[in-house]
Amino acid sequence: MSARDRAPDLRWRALKRRTLTGLNPAFESLLAGLAGLLIGAIVMAIWKYNPWKAYAAMFSGAFGDTFGIASSLARATPLILTALTFSICVRAGMFNIGAEGQVYVGALAAACVGYFSLPPGLHLIVGLAFAVVAGGLWSLGPAILKVTRGVNEVISTIMFNWISHFLGFYLVANIMVDRIHSERTVSVPPSARFPLLVRGTDLSYALFAAIAFAVVIYFILWHTVTGYEVRAAGLNPTAARYGGINSRRTMLLAFILGGMGAGLAGASMVMGQPPTFAITSGMGEVVNLGFDGMAVAMVGRNHPIGILFAALFFGGLTAGARAMQMRAGVPLDMVLLVEGIIVVALAIPELARVFRILEHRMVRFLRRRSA
Amino acid sequence: MSLSSIWGILLITLHAMVPITLTAVGEVFGETAGLFNIGLEGILLLSAFTGALAATAAGATVGLFVGMGTGALVGVLFSIINTYWKGNQMVTGIGINLFAMGFVGFGLTAMGPGFSAIPAARRLVAIPTSGGPFSPIIFVAIVFPFLAYFFLRRTRAGLILKAVGESPEAADVAGIRVNLVRLLATTFGGVLAGLAGAYMSVSWIGSVTKGMSAGRGFIALATVVFSGLNPLLALLGGLVFGFFDSLALWIQTLPGSKAVPWQFLAMSPYIVTLLVVAGVIGRVRFPKALGEPYKRE
Repeated sequence: MSARDRAPDLRWRALKRRTLTGLNPAFESLLAGLAGLLIGAIVMAIWKYNPWKAYAAMFSGAFGDTFGIASSLARATPLILTALTFSICVRAGMFNIGAEGQVYVGALAAACVGYFSLPPGLHLIVGLAFAVVAGGLWSLGPAILKVTRGVNEVISTIMFNWISHFLGFYLVANIMVDRIHSERTVSVPPSARFPLLVRGTDLSYALFAAIAFAVVIYFILWHTVTGYEVRAAGLNPTAARYGGINSRRTMLLAFILGGMGAGLAGASMVMGQPPTFAITSGMGEVVNLGFDGMAVAMVGRNHPIGILFAALFFGGLTAGARAMQMRAGVPLDMVLLVEGIIVVALAIPELARVFRILEHRMVRFLRRRSA
Repeated sequence: MSLSSIWGILLITLHAMVPITLTAVGEVFGETAGLFNIGLEGILLLSAFTGALAATAAGATVGLFVGMGTGALVGVLFSIINTYWKGNQMVTGIGINLFAMGFVGFGLTAMGPGFSAIPAARRLVAIPTSGGPFSPIIFVAIVFPFLAYFFLRRTRAGLILKAVGESPEAADVAGIRVNLVRLLATTFGGVLAGLAGAYMSVSWIGSVTKGMSAGRGFIALATVVFSGLNPLLALLGGLVFGFFDSLALWIQTLPGSKAVPWQFLAMSPYIVTLLVVAGVIGRVRFPKALGEPYKRE
């Protein structure tokens, strides 16, 4: 084999070293993201939308100006929290699909601050406490069923989601309804609202609450004994049990911490989202936040730092989707579709291997051409 | 309560039973072979949409077959990822459900507001009875579990399916192609879920909405847990869940029913599912290799 023959081979090997070893998880997330956008483009083309125009509108809507960036960050705020809900449980070895319902419950609890008045600041903190406690309590149901009866958490959390869905509909329409605006609940008073970060946008200080929660979760999981136990029980339950770790305790803890995050996400929507600061009938403010969070968690590789970046990506996707709807007429649900593809792609552990096979073919092709 | 109103309630229950029973029986095949498909909810939703699309264009029978084809396609995708590519079954299922929600929501908006209802002439012809129309798919849902029971318990192919789920290593040594059997079983499960989805739009409800699967895929999974992989118990479970699923529909026709808000009736199938699953678990044994991809040593 001459040196000229080996040249493309070496070049590819160098590229492989750089991409497939050092950056492996991030690179896979990127690959999955591209797959999602590509299949999204194909679906758009089937329904005769212009994918280029749509994605251009999406990008400029998400990151094109201050308003776009603020809007993306505002969308990212609850996603950071619901993604943490999912990923804490993944770290503990479970699939908690219940963030969706825990967000509803958290939002409903937060909206209760509209019934009494307190000094500014304290009012906000009380509202957050309501939401966090409500989310944590709602997650307790599937958690207890899991540790006492061994009920699969996927099934139980979905059932709890539907129960809270109808509970929310009932409360919004019958109990918490505003006397003047019958289409929504009572509004959160200004003393309990998150102050806006950028005037004229819907980005509020709730963003910092979400980031703070991510930091707390990072600290708990990686810098405390309890967190170590949670992760150990998730990685290898048998070994953890022999090591004296009570896996029931770690499961309960993961569920409750997650539920608290989801409750906070619900609060961030009612206490930090202009203009109504209330829940409208149909709960459009909070619907799908839990499901979006799962995609964010997976792209962020279930790590708080990764989740911050992934939430920015999906926040941009969601904010951009509005621009896409306005300028290119593409339905908003495009985002969910893209998320689904991304998650399916990330389910394949050998995504990198599939890529490597393609790469080998490419090398052979190049070799044949240079020969 | 008169005889005809009892027949009316039974009829509504039977109609609600069909999607849960069909999906659950399909999943019994998949779980017997060792794959746990939580993407069934997505298959129901996708095939309800594609089935309605095809039925509107070319008639009810085509609609049902397109629904089954959609289920098969997703089933094949799910099983390739989770057999040959050793994927994570939970994550794949979650992804399929997200995709289905997005795809159907997108498709419904893209088709415009005129689409969602299927013209009466394009729906599956129902048998008229004194209590209302009776969908022929109900027969399929009642007869099929018996055939499935016979297949799984009394044939060599059924035994192979069980071997693959219980001990893939042994099956492999005996010359069975483990991944292929798993692929076929899960694809078949997808076909049945596809039929169930298309039935919902083409025969039962007659329209498509974004939320029409309404957790039935997960209720079917719970039914499989309840059944302990016995198709006949899946039929019974489908009937129980169908009863609660349709509770909100018929109870409102009774006098004095206004005392209970409809939202609480709508919650009942999910609460019952939780109770049943919590009650039977521990007494049911599942295949040893359920949820694990098979890797040759």
